Amino acid sequence: MDHLGFIAVVYGVTFAVITTLVVRTVVQGRDLASKVADKDKPWT
Amino acid sequence: MEAQTFTARVATPTTRLVGAMALVSMAWVVIGGLFVTPRDVDQGDAVRIMYVHVPTAWVAYLAFIVTAVASACWLLSRKHSMGFDRVAGASAEVGVVFMAMTLLSGSLWGRITWGSYWAWDPRLTTTAFLLVTYIGYLAVRGLGGSLEQRARRSAVIALLAVLEIPLVHFSVLMWRSLHQKASVLSGDGDIKMDGSMLTTLLVGVIGFTLTFTWLVLHRQRVLAMQDAMQMTQLDAALRERANESENKSVIESSRLK
Amino acid sequence: MSTQLSLGRIARAVAAKDLRIELRSRVVINQIFPFAGLVMVMFAFALDNDDVLTRVAGGLVWLATLFSLIIIIQRSFAVDSADGALEAQRVAGLNPAGIFVGKALAVMVQLVTLEIMLFFAAVVLYRVELHSDGAVLLVTCVISATAGLSFVGTLYGGLTAGARGRETLLPLLMLPVVAPVLIGATRATESAFMSGGAAVSDGWPWVGVLVVFAAVFGLGGILSFGSLIEE
Repeated sequence: MDHLGFIAVVYGVTFAVITTLVVRTVVQGRDLASKVADKDKPWT
Repeated sequence: MEAQTFTARVATPTTRLVGAMALVSMAWVVIGGLFVTPRDVDQGDAVRIMYVHVPTAWVAYLAFIVTAVASACWLLSRKHSMGFDRVAGASAEVGVVFMAMTLLSGSLWGRITWGSYWAWDPRLTTTAFLLVTYIGYLAVRGLGGSLEQRARRSAVIALLAVLEIPLVHFSVLMWRSLHQKASVLSGDGDIKMDGSMLTTLLVGVIGFTLTFTWLVLHRQRVLAMQDAMQMTQLDAALRERANESENKSVIESSRLK
Repeated sequence: MSTQLSLGRIARAVAAKDLRIELRSRVVINQIFPFAGLVMVMFAFALDNDDVLTRVAGGLVWLATLFSLIIIIQRSFAVDSADGALEAQRVAGLNPAGIFVGKALAVMVQLVTLEIMLFFAAVVLYRVELHSDGAVLLVTCVISATAGLSFVGTLYGGLTAGARGRETLLPLLMLPVVAPVLIGATRATESAFMSGGAAVSDGWPWVGVLVVFAAVFGLGGILSFGSLIEE
């Protein structure tokens, strides 16, 4: 494969960033969900 | 006082399903994009960047549209439901990240294909401006003040961006243009992609859209909880203040006696 | 008849008030004008080539204008928010659209004065030659570009007035929006200067862009200024 470095950087960065965003959202959500009463969580 | 329950749950069956589908399609994109699809006749292996770049760009622009529509809904709806404002904010937060990734993958692709990381073409430049505008939008959301104030300010900013972006795009287009035409969307029927390439690209767009949906749903719930926290803290502070002054007046009145 | 003042009267009163404050304090004349002139000199140091300077003079004039715009806008709203004047005008029931147009008019007057000085500096420092053929184009370009800049500046100035960290937020919000003005005004001015062999007629489509820009953000500001300054 030519330009392997470029392709690796694009795939690596994209999926790493998305994963970080997902993990951060989940961690933040869990943390807040344990502090906020269920009546303020319309989806529960 | 009524009993309060605390469930450490943000996910719902819907978001779980969306998340699972997103995971599957993302895996498909990686395997399909890197191993299954053939090299492109003109671009060689650089075409593999497209399977990530195009869906990222699509999501970035989708996020922009969602933010604008949600902001308009907030402004126009009589109830000014905060849900619209949170969806706008969540979509912008996700959009900023995707916008930055679009620029990165685009410039790496440009380095291979054009020979330079950056070209002053309208799409690239508009995307860069969109990124800066979004960063400004999020900064405005962080200005503080009441929730209502935040919603109103940021909604106006989001709608002004709708005026700004086409003007930027058009003026850069008029200024100079060397970008290759969008190869799938252009109407000349000249689709050079074979079946597996098109499928991978399509799955990519779907997968990234599902990821975006999942992220916005979850972030929007996080924002809702943050707002709820702010409100309870405000209530508590007000109650404390009220108690304080009550105590003080009790002391004062006892002293007078 | 009605106690409601017309938009035009409010705008004139607000503009006159802002300009009177400026004439008395002379901050723009004594500080912002010298700053803009200094920027023009600095450009010459950075580019260090007479031919290049003559070629890009139009762009440099507008860039210096943009830098000064940031300070003028900050100044225009600092005067108001320092003693809650904006708040007072709002509470007094003045039509926010009128306040918007008035403040934009005052900014416009200051900017046009500044631009005349900057074009003069370009002639002196950058050896630009003014052509009579391009005079109409140049004047139209200055008016339409300045209108667009003032509208956008007033709009975002009102938004960031009274907010923490507005000094840093204003350029971040405003500069991307006024980019089309920089592109359009630069091209039109270069045509008027005939720099780089440009023809005067090339400049008119750009004036079209500037006029559309000013119209869009003038209207946008009239519609939204009220919700931006509302508490």
